[in-house]
Amino acid sequence: MRKFLLAILVDNKPGVLTHVAGLISRRAFNIESINAGYTEEESVTRINIVVSVDSEWELEQVKHQLSKLIDVVKIVNLTEVDNITRELVLIKVRATAEARADLINIVNIFRAKIVDVSKENVVIELTGEESKINAICEVLSEYEIVEIARTGAIALSRGPVPVKQMQEN
Amino acid sequence: MRINGAQAVLESLKQEGVDVIFGYPGGVVLPLYDEIYKMKFPHILVRHEQGAALAADGYARATGEVGVCLSTSGPGCTNLVTGIATAYMDSIPLVCFTGQVATSVIGKDSFQEADICGITTPITKHNYLVKRPEDLLRTIKEAFFIARTGRPGPVVVDIATDVFRAEMDFDYPEEVHLKGYSGLFKGEECAIDAAVEALLQAKRPLAFVGGGVTLADEAEDLRAVIKKAGIPVCSTLMGLGCVDPDTEAYLGMAGMHGSYAANMAITGCDLLIGIGVRFDDRVTGVVKEFAPEAKIVHFDIDAAELNKNVRVDYPVLGDLNWSLPRFAKKLAACGVDLPARFASWREKIAAMHASHPFSYQKRNGVIMPQQVIETAARLSGDDTIFVTDVGQHQMWAAQFCPVSAPRHFLTSGGLGTMGYGLPAAIGAKIGRPKQKVVLFTGDGSIMMNCQEMATAADNGVDVKIVVLHNHLLGMVAQWQRMFYEHHYSQSQLHGHTDLVKLAEAMGVAGVHVEKPEDLEKALSDALSREGAVLIDVMVPEDADVLPMVPGGKRLDEMILEQEAAK
Ligand SMILES: Cc1ncc(C[n+]2csc(CCOP(=O)(O)OP(=O)(O)O)c2C)c(N)n1
Repeated sequence: MRKFLLAILVDNKPGVLTHVAGLISRRAFNIESINAGYTEEESVTRINIVVSVDSEWELEQVKHQLSKLIDVVKIVNLTEVDNITRELVLIKVRATAEARADLINIVNIFRAKIVDVSKENVVIELTGEESKINAICEVLSEYEIVEIARTGAIALSRGPVPVKQMQEN
Repeated sequence: MRINGAQAVLESLKQEGVDVIFGYPGGVVLPLYDEIYKMKFPHILVRHEQGAALAADGYARATGEVGVCLSTSGPGCTNLVTGIATAYMDSIPLVCFTGQVATSVIGKDSFQEADICGITTPITKHNYLVKRPEDLLRTIKEAFFIARTGRPGPVVVDIATDVFRAEMDFDYPEEVHLKGYSGLFKGEECAIDAAVEALLQAKRPLAFVGGGVTLADEAEDLRAVIKKAGIPVCSTLMGLGCVDPDTEAYLGMAGMHGSYAANMAITGCDLLIGIGVRFDDRVTGVVKEFAPEAKIVHFDIDAAELNKNVRVDYPVLGDLNWSLPRFAKKLAACGVDLPARFASWREKIAAMHASHPFSYQKRNGVIMPQQVIETAARLSGDDTIFVTDVGQHQMWAAQFCPVSAPRHFLTSGGLGTMGYGLPAAIGAKIGRPKQKVVLFTGDGSIMMNCQEMATAADNGVDVKIVVLHNHLLGMVAQWQRMFYEHHYSQSQLHGHTDLVKLAEAMGVAGVHVEKPEDLEKALSDALSREGAVLIDVMVPEDADVLPMVPGGKRLDEMILEQEAAK
């Protein structure tokens, strides 16, 4: 299994998310994460999906099937170009008096942030590549994790060319 | 001039050249039905919404135009679903209008509310929910454009009932602006050159043609290609009619119930040229062993079809309108007498087909189903549109009907929808009133939409309904006979249904035929008579569709008629 991050530019119309999600389910594609948000253009939404596939053929299928959706304007496989990928995670951890110092240490090592503190818990925020996010989750699993929220990956290409001007690859 | 949304819908349909709607009324579409009444817009009242979608489908397949159906919200639109899925699987252009509850109560489980866009997302090319009057005209324009261009398909337009009442100017857009869809599918010239080169290198090439050729109205260029290449050719179920059956080395249908020669040629060829096909599992047999010795050329409009089911060596992406004429031209200009080069291979395959044609054994005192098809096809004349339901009779029709032109054999290929036949035949006859329309159906399938006999009778739609009455869900029973130790679980229809009486009760003439000596006369009388007729022909229960490639087998591992007869 290999993972690829696809940036999908879609026309920002009602129903577009249903169409994308519906297609993924109907074609039984393996999606690791999916997220969507506004872009520099009002009429365009950017959906980022991380898809895991067994072969190049399967990846081609994912791209071609998604391309067929009327609302899909463009798909670029960012894994294939020089890129910066980031994910954001919020982790709520039980912070007993004795654990607190350890947690602060871990946060510092990972260059994470504590964004909320209460008597019983802290909320840690970390941005980074998936491996780094996985690593902090792993380390914190020694403590009592109350809940985790992850955004899934987003990415941009390096250099001046935006996805909307790239060749579909 | 200010008009209301309902009028605007009908005016839009006129702009799109729509000459008939197949539909069924209900609460939220009453404003639209009121305008249909006032404008006298041509409308066929079906007896079940599934019939509306399937009639629109039959209309579209027979004419090449977009079929239009209309239903109310909730149960009305959910009844369309099977028809929409049928059209989707065979890439048939439909625009399905559905009424939706008022904008203010969408999402509140209102009376007769169903999220038809959500429901039909996986079975439409695209769908729309129209909540704002200002979106109505653009949406309809886009819907027709999307349905009929590129790889065609059904589009659902769900309209909130308040939009029908809203006042607006009728200002129908001339053009469509879709960021992600142009409707143009031109490929690259070099892909065609590569296909030509592959053919020049080949020793045993075979063409394999499908419904895409019909959808693109490209049969003529296809025939030119076959002629210039001089290669044997076989078809999918959906491709029947694209090649003239009298063409030398035309092998008929390939696949599960395909001809011996077609399946052997696929297995033995060294170049398979697929044109407008999608390598469905009913045609490939076990896909890993499909065309094991061949390089594959694939002409298709849809990039997602290339390499979807089989690995393609020479993809030719693009509209067949673009690629096939070029391919024909390049073959003509290649400087090689291809028909001479491939003569011995072509003749060998043609001889194989001649010695293993589709065949069956006649029996004394009973009418064989294949005989009914042969006789009806012979008596119907050249320009007849044949329509089928789903089951054994469908496969026999595919085997024994000589289909001479595209749009003359209408069948639910991809979805295999029982109940398809009668409404589709009605739609076809309405779209092509001058042509004879003959439906082959089974005693199982006809019951799935038998209510549409009333539609045919009440609208004077002249369809001939030939029932191959075997008192079985025959195709199910065949599988049970072959693979489930003759356990005829829930596949027997030994009840009391009298199809002749049923037809007569709805105003369709009915004829019962039992004896072989009566068949010819009964069919010829019925076929030459005015108006809808149901011909109920008794056939034996134990006939099998052969040849057959059992599930999970290679195409050359067929059970043959000759062997089964022993
Ligand atoms: C709507 C639907 N339900 C079930 C099936 C499964 N099925 C395929 S063929 C068949 C039997 C068809 O019987 P009949 O119409 O009498 O035709 P025959 O095979 O006897 O010619 C059935 C049940 C189907 N294709 N469509």
